[in-house]
Amino acid sequence: MPLDVSPSPETKASNRLAVVDSDIHPAVKSLADLRPYVSNQWWEYANTYGFRRKHGSATVEPYPKSAPLACRRDAWPEEGGRPGSSLELMQKQYLDPAGVEMGLLGPLGPTGQGDLNLEFSVAMCRATNEWQRDAFTRRDKRLKAGIVVPYEDGAASAAEIERVGAMSDYGQVFCLTRSSEPLGNRRYWPIYEAAERYNLPVAFHVFGTSGHPVSGAGWPSYYIEEGSGHSTSCQTVVSSLVIEGVFEKFPKLKVVMVEGGFGWLPALAWRLDKLFERMRGEVPHLKRRPSEYIRDHVWVSTQPMEEPENRRHVLDVMEWIGWDRLLFASDYPHWDFDDPFRAFPAGVTPEQHRQICAVNGRAVYRF
Amino acid sequence: MDIGRRSFLSGGATRLGKRPRIMKHCTGSGRTAIIEGGRVVSASSRDATAGENATSDHAAGSFKGAIDCDVHPRVPDILALKRYMNDHWRETVEVRGIEGFESIAYPNNAPLTTRPDAMTGKVRADDDVGRMAKALLDPQQFSLAICNCLYAVQMIRDEHLASAFARAVNDWVRHEWLDRDPRLRASIVVPIQNIELAVDEVNRCAEDKRFVQVLLLALGEQPLGKSMFWPIYRAAEKHGLTIGIHAGSSYHHAVTGSGWPSYYLEDYAAQSLGFHAQVGSLVAEGVFVKFPKLKAVLIESGVTWLPPYLWRLAKFWRGVRLEVPWIDRPPMEIVRDHIRLTIQPFDAPDNADTVRRVLDQLPSEEMLLFASDFPHWQYDGNAMLPSGIDAALRRKILIDNPKAAYPRLAL
Repeated sequence: MPLDVSPSPETKASNRLAVVDSDIHPAVKSLADLRPYVSNQWWEYANTYGFRRKHGSATVEPYPKSAPLACRRDAWPEEGGRPGSSLELMQKQYLDPAGVEMGLLGPLGPTGQGDLNLEFSVAMCRATNEWQRDAFTRRDKRLKAGIVVPYEDGAASAAEIERVGAMSDYGQVFCLTRSSEPLGNRRYWPIYEAAERYNLPVAFHVFGTSGHPVSGAGWPSYYIEEGSGHSTSCQTVVSSLVIEGVFEKFPKLKVVMVEGGFGWLPALAWRLDKLFERMRGEVPHLKRRPSEYIRDHVWVSTQPMEEPENRRHVLDVMEWIGWDRLLFASDYPHWDFDDPFRAFPAGVTPEQHRQICAVNGRAVYRF
Repeated sequence: MDIGRRSFLSGGATRLGKRPRIMKHCTGSGRTAIIEGGRVVSASSRDATAGENATSDHAAGSFKGAIDCDVHPRVPDILALKRYMNDHWRETVEVRGIEGFESIAYPNNAPLTTRPDAMTGKVRADDDVGRMAKALLDPQQFSLAICNCLYAVQMIRDEHLASAFARAVNDWVRHEWLDRDPRLRASIVVPIQNIELAVDEVNRCAEDKRFVQVLLLALGEQPLGKSMFWPIYRAAEKHGLTIGIHAGSSYHHAVTGSGWPSYYLEDYAAQSLGFHAQVGSLVAEGVFVKFPKLKAVLIESGVTWLPPYLWRLAKFWRGVRLEVPWIDRPPMEIVRDHIRLTIQPFDAPDNADTVRRVLDQLPSEEMLLFASDFPHWQYDGNAMLPSGIDAALRRKILIDNPKAAYPRLAL
């Protein structure tokens, strides 16, 4: 497949913007990449029973995407393997020309997250974390692994954070938005306790297999509904973390919402504030208004960029959220990839652009 | 960057530390005054002013002649419905000890469920037509109000039982409310558990022109765009009925995509997520391609979540429209032409500039319909419309848009 990966003139400039990318997806070439990190017992289990998640599908996703593996068609390595599996192509095609200074990894696919068998989930998450280090972060210091945790088991997740959290190869704790119970539930608190202790932001990336339809309105038919609905999953996460008192309990916790866009956040904050005014008697553990917890603890990544017909609308939303709370994300190598130099609407000033692409990320992640 | 400080935190409600104590004070007239920090700011005092000064100029703050698209008569108890059941179902209720079906969607005594001025001591204004008139319709001088009864028929598992309760609810509304106040209209409650029975109920009630809408819930068993529901839409379109989708759940699923939340506050907050899904479903499944005259009203949805969701839906449509080839124009246009929203609650800060910016995001000015959501406590005092709405838009929201959304209001 012919690829034009030559840097454009603007990206060659020596004074170009350094980019902190909160969402890059590394992939295994095949499951065999994980073999060195999996015990014989679990390797045999994986090959006998396979991955079993709460959507019931043994092979494909229940909602087929519009592109194979939802990836850019130019991101398939010539030597074979999945998009995201070749560090060299990732460097040539994206990291180098875009000037990425730090890229946060979020592995998807056969990571074990959300598997029905919790022990298997623990084993595969650990393997995925070891693999990220050998295949990516040790070979390219710009990349920081996401600690993939078996989030349905809070204690095991905390143990995994404990195991690797002090290493500089790891830059965030990586969870998915669609958990079996709302993520503010106490069963997940050990994750937040450990993340806070290691000063690691917790990323909630869209997708996951909760066993529940994407909203309480039942199972939709189409990927357009499921995909658009990811922003509602993000709202469920933020509502739950705030209302269940996670940020009261863990006052230094930082949360990053990834790949759900950001347009939804102001309306949610306004809604929660109004409801809190009415019914604070039900949630006496909250000492501040929901929007204040959100303002202090929640960052949102910009991808996929909101694209209203009137650009003023998205600028308003960015202002309501706060320019210091937006983080650039590319979602490389997926089909809805955002380019750090082309994705932003006209009207974002160079200073704001720099803030979103670099300054904010440096403040959120461990540098 | 101090610009970041001009975020959704600014311009909001009162700061927590300075929040005035709100007290309820029952007046002799059966109305309730709300007292904040010793100052009366109640609906009562402002209502009186509004009533005296009522003119056709809606910029003056009067709601005279407005069409209220969401008021909630409450079934007081099972006895009220038993009167409208046949012998078989009356006996069923007695023998099986059925005390009634109320869901956790609106706990009776939760602040959100019942505004202070809808209570006189322990007497509620929402379970009697005369008291509702005195508390709302008379002082506000509304011309019409649409009754949406939220009795939890949709929660029932047995479709036959659900059908019996739906019939009873509709007949109760007709006789106890519509027959007793000419300003009232109503929505048809349907046993959504069985589409044939639901269509039967639509057809039965549609003969009475005071039924203007079919009432569905935001969180049901299946998204409402699915073809299994189309016979209901076919019947509605034929009769000139609007589809009303109201906050609430059948509770056949957890209310969020990640299961059951701990607090009622989260349950209510999650209702707006169901509305997202319903808009996506109605658009993607092609309901409005199939039924081009149909309109759907999102009732009690919160409103301000919609534009960002439409940006997202439009972007996905551009990317994956091969999946839904029958959608041959942008979702924004479909929604502009077919979806309407009632204006309470309106999730935004009490800040005219912010409200104007949010309203500008909506695809058209025809989309908002006036509603008090009585007796739910969505606003304080008489602030039934958010600030920042000019006189022309106010007139549209109060009168013109509801008339256009509900063809049967002209009958």
